[in-house]
Amino acid sequence: MTQDQIKTATQQGWGLIFLCWIIAMAALFGSLFFSEVMGLKPCVLCWWQRIFIYPLAVLFLVGLFPQKGGVDLSVVRYTMPLAVIGLGFAIYHYLVYSGFIPESLQPCSEELSCAKINLELMGFITIPMLSIFAYSAIITLLIMYQKRFHQ
Amino acid sequence: MKKNMIVAATAIFFIVMFIIMATIYNNKKDEELNRSSQESIEHLQRDYSPVKGPRDAKVTIVEFFDPACGTCSAFYPFVKQLMKDNPGKVNLVLRYLPLHQNSDVIVSILEAARLQNLFWLTLERAYETRELWIEHHVSRPEKLWKQLGGLGLDMNRLKEDIQSAEIARRVKLDIKDAKKLNVSKTPGFFVNGKPLLHFGYQQLQQLVESEVAAKY
Repeated sequence: MTQDQIKTATQQGWGLIFLCWIIAMAALFGSLFFSEVMGLKPCVLCWWQRIFIYPLAVLFLVGLFPQKGGVDLSVVRYTMPLAVIGLGFAIYHYLVYSGFIPESLQPCSEELSCAKINLELMGFITIPMLSIFAYSAIITLLIMYQKRFHQ
Repeated sequence: MKKNMIVAATAIFFIVMFIIMATIYNNKKDEELNRSSQESIEHLQRDYSPVKGPRDAKVTIVEFFDPACGTCSAFYPFVKQLMKDNPGKVNLVLRYLPLHQNSDVIVSILEAARLQNLFWLTLERAYETRELWIEHHVSRPEKLWKQLGGLGLDMNRLKEDIQSAEIARRVKLDIKDAKKLNVSKTPGFFVNGKPLLHFGYQQLQQLVESEVAAKY
């Protein structure tokens, strides 16, 4: 690779991680908006999804500023596990929402049902859907990043 | 250096957006609450609702309360003080919103005491002895019974009355009205039909004083 090619690749890689960070930030502020401003109390499954997305907002930020400059080659190592586990919870929550998994089989308290649909943006976008979208977008971007810098 | 700027600008963008959106949302919600309470103004007071203070006062505080609610009992002396500070100008209407477990029985007792014209004394006694008849946020009506001596209540009649269908109907209607008025927490205050949007002593005082100033 020429010097120029390396520079472009580095910039693109940084851009990918930057996008991941934006998605995590949007999820962080979005979920806080739902709970703190709109007053929708997060159910147990929502909390599990929060647990795995909030640290990503910090970790991607760290990944954007590697010690040696350029790009952080290990960023996928320390963010991918969180994103995959989070996606698992998001899919599970989506299945509870859509009724494939009966409510009684999952761990919510009586007052806060995870199956109750509190919000539908534009009539069909629910919170677990947004969560699945955020996690899978992050995973896709990380895979792209990994492929580009594998060599 | 450039990267620092991009990241910092993005972070600031998120924070500013959050604040703007929250402000817009809260303003809209306040407006909607004001409007919906104007629309359901007939749900604010029922003919059976207990009233304290002069009937012809031009400022009416409506309070949805649960006798087991600590904040309600803490607010009670304060509301009485507000009435004292504006003599003859402010009255208080109480509505039942039993949110604690078993509190529906407690409010039935209060309503039955109202039939004997002893509502306010019984309510004050219930507030004073709250800790004695609440266990782990669950009301224990049988323990409240023991605290009701010396008020002049006809206990046999009280016991009969709390079973009555009319009292059950009133409590249910109050709960229904609370839902209509978007009251989900106690105490829920309205002053001349205007909901107390931001909860607090001072906010309530301001709302009452602005209504007194407007009406007198």
